[in-house]
Amino acid sequence: MKKLNSKFWLGIIIALAFYGIVQVLLTTGVFNDVTRSMLLLVGVNVMLAVSLNLINGITGQFSIGHAGFMSVGAYTSAILTLDYDVPFILAIIIGGIVAAIFGVLIGMPTLRLNGDYLAIATLGFGEIIRIILLNTEYVGGASGLSGIPAKSTWTIIFFFTLFTVVLINNFIRSTHGRACLAIRENEIAAEAMGINTTLYKVIAFTIGALFAGMAGGLSAHTFYVITPGSFNFLKSFEILVMVVLGGLGSTAGSIVGAVFVTLLYTYLREFPEWRMIIYSIVLILMMIFRPSGLLGKTRINFGKLGKKEAKANGSIDSSTP
Amino acid sequence: MEYFIQQLINGISVGSIYALIALGYTMVYGIIKLINFAHGDVFMVGSFIGLYSAKFLANAGLPPVLVLLLSLIIAMTMSSLLGITIERLAYKPLRKSTRIAALITAIGVSFLLEYVAVLILGPQAKGFPDIMEKKQYQLFGTSIQVDSNQVMILITTIVLMIILQYIVRYTKTGKAMRAVSFDMEAARLMGINVDRTISATFAIGSALAAAAGVIFGMTYNSVDPLMGVMPGLKAFVAAVLGGIGSIPGALVGGLLLGTVETEISSLGYSSWRDGVAFAVLILILIFKPSGLFGKNVREKV
Amino acid sequence: MAASTAVLLDVKGASRSFGGLKALSEVSLHINKGELIGLIGPNGAGKTTLFNLLTGVYPPSTGKILLNNESVGGMKPFKINHKGAARTFQNIRLFTAMTVLENVKIAFHQHARHSLFSSMLRLPKHFKGEEEITQKAMDILKIFNLADQAQETAGNLSYGNQRRLEIARALAAGPKLLLLDEPAAGMNPNETRDLMNLIAWIREEFDLTILLIEHDMSLVMGVCNRIYVLDRGILIADGTPVEIRNNPKVIEAYLGQEA
Repeated sequence: MKKLNSKFWLGIIIALAFYGIVQVLLTTGVFNDVTRSMLLLVGVNVMLAVSLNLINGITGQFSIGHAGFMSVGAYTSAILTLDYDVPFILAIIIGGIVAAIFGVLIGMPTLRLNGDYLAIATLGFGEIIRIILLNTEYVGGASGLSGIPAKSTWTIIFFFTLFTVVLINNFIRSTHGRACLAIRENEIAAEAMGINTTLYKVIAFTIGALFAGMAGGLSAHTFYVITPGSFNFLKSFEILVMVVLGGLGSTAGSIVGAVFVTLLYTYLREFPEWRMIIYSIVLILMMIFRPSGLLGKTRINFGKLGKKEAKANGSIDSSTP
Repeated sequence: MEYFIQQLINGISVGSIYALIALGYTMVYGIIKLINFAHGDVFMVGSFIGLYSAKFLANAGLPPVLVLLLSLIIAMTMSSLLGITIERLAYKPLRKSTRIAALITAIGVSFLLEYVAVLILGPQAKGFPDIMEKKQYQLFGTSIQVDSNQVMILITTIVLMIILQYIVRYTKTGKAMRAVSFDMEAARLMGINVDRTISATFAIGSALAAAAGVIFGMTYNSVDPLMGVMPGLKAFVAAVLGGIGSIPGALVGGLLLGTVETEISSLGYSSWRDGVAFAVLILILIFKPSGLFGKNVREKV
Repeated sequence: MAASTAVLLDVKGASRSFGGLKALSEVSLHINKGELIGLIGPNGAGKTTLFNLLTGVYPPSTGKILLNNESVGGMKPFKINHKGAARTFQNIRLFTAMTVLENVKIAFHQHARHSLFSSMLRLPKHFKGEEEITQKAMDILKIFNLADQAQETAGNLSYGNQRRLEIARALAAGPKLLLLDEPAAGMNPNETRDLMNLIAWIREEFDLTILLIEHDMSLVMGVCNRIYVLDRGILIADGTPVEIRNNPKVIEAYLGQEA
């Protein structure tokens, strides 16, 4: 226990040091605006990837509707700060909570489904949310909301990201997280051992939605504008790609995946015609040569390279109805 | 009532497109349990091949029926080859890895096709040539109208369906396909060439998608590199609606989705059209997850 | 004798059909507290189906299942587990990518007293609760001689140890009734004998009632108090091992199958 604890605090100290260095580089102007917005984007994407990993990687529930939760948080918090002058941080948190409520509402009926069927249903829900936003005049329809105050600073995004990672990782590394892992590993056995599998699936879904909603709120307050189109299923795919590229089931992997994809996207911006082509080739080659992702199935704090685990757990979603 | 029937007829054209794409989804899923997200883009490629063939053949002075027929054949053949290539290069190496890795690869292939098309052809939409002069027909003295394109689409779809049924039911390849989708390992042990069977499935599915692409071009007269995304997704919904893995299911699902969408648009709710499609999908999944024609398989304890 | 003959499990006319196929028909049986009961029968007799009914994998089509005088037929598996019935599986179902220790910890989850929030915020309650679970799980592993392999990935255990781990895990749930589905399947005679001794021992130690499925008749003869025999979904005999051995119906069922 003590050993784990000291590792935990070491991680926090490293993270804070990273924060401090970046903060200095930003205030002294060594990092320009492009780098700054990239860093903010990295933070948002890490939140999205880590929260999706809880659903997909840890609980084994194949969800591709994460952008839907993100949009709920983004719109809710943007309306709160634009129309109701709610304090920024509070607006972000309320956005997350509203997204979490959507998580419960969507999770309850759909989480009975298995494998690909669940994936399709979550994709459908994500698209339905987008289409509802598209048709709601109050939130600007297709042109979305603009003039959202750019209040997401490096400090705020960093600490939200840190809290997301710490809280989700704490969850994973507890009896509650083990219950989720057990569902992924063998749902029938988990249920037979006294795990309320439906409840834990909904819990994982809800926590995932909560943090995705907050990430959405933060991104809305970074880029001034949100439109329904920026939360379509391609965005959900993008988040899924981060999780799988990093290593499904690994929080550290999700972070690495999010950083990797964000950097790739940003740097490829200089070759606009080739950007998506290079991105897609990287995806295909990665999946062919390193299907278990950059970090395999390593779990934070355990430190051991999860090669064995990856092999033992060949297929995550083998339970197709 | 006549209005309703009119919309139904209009819906059949869209529905045929969905149905033809859905068949490829459902066959590939049935055989290797992969949601082939690149399938919508094969449809796009097929459409462009159809466009250039039709232009070339029409310039060569061929009669319209022949132009249509040859464009269809060229588009279908070349798309088959594309489908086989995609499977060989991108999916085959992943047959033993996780399904999610295969899915990500499919997404990658989808992006690749889209943006290579953008690179070569530019992002703008291109006009699809009018292969045949559009003629309007009045139906049995009512106000219901059918145009020649719709008739051609219906005929093409029906002919392709008959050919497909024949292949799946009576040819060696078709029997092998059914065997592999039932149990890949057992099929391999029975001496069936699984790799070739999977290639054949991709070839047939891609050919049908290309046919849908040509039909799409004829119907909407405009094609662009990203045109496959939404119809691809909708066709997938149609496949699930009918029961994924089921060929009649894909046909019925496609037609049903097409007509429902057309009815909704005609009632003035076109911006909700996609939402309704997904809502139907979710209702089906919740209340009858195996779709209209699918089989229910439960895990053995 | 009154206390020891109290009925723990009472099955009254339970049937189960799949489509038109009747997998179990009108099965009635009872198990008293503290008994070790064998359930035997040829392949496809419906033994595992009965287990699935008892543990809630699917509800009985008709009939009643009483556990401690409470009707549990149709309850969800996790609820039945909470009511005191834990099981193992014929085809081993471990959490293969998790460690041996974690596998056992899962079964203690229902007894955990620390909430989601204390875990996410790492409150003192979380550490106390986790420590307690770890301690208890290690205790169980020691009994099964698996403590040395606590940090090993469950999927890497030998076949025999995987079977033992499954029993350890079921035991960790703290059941009154333990249902073992062919626990000795695939083991050699030595391993089987050790396992049977272990089962007899944990029954004493944990004050358990055990229902044991076994395909091989001779195996259960030595340890069981009473034996039920299923054939094609019908209960054809019950009695002491000696009675069962000499029951012509049982002999016929087994011979008929082998012929």
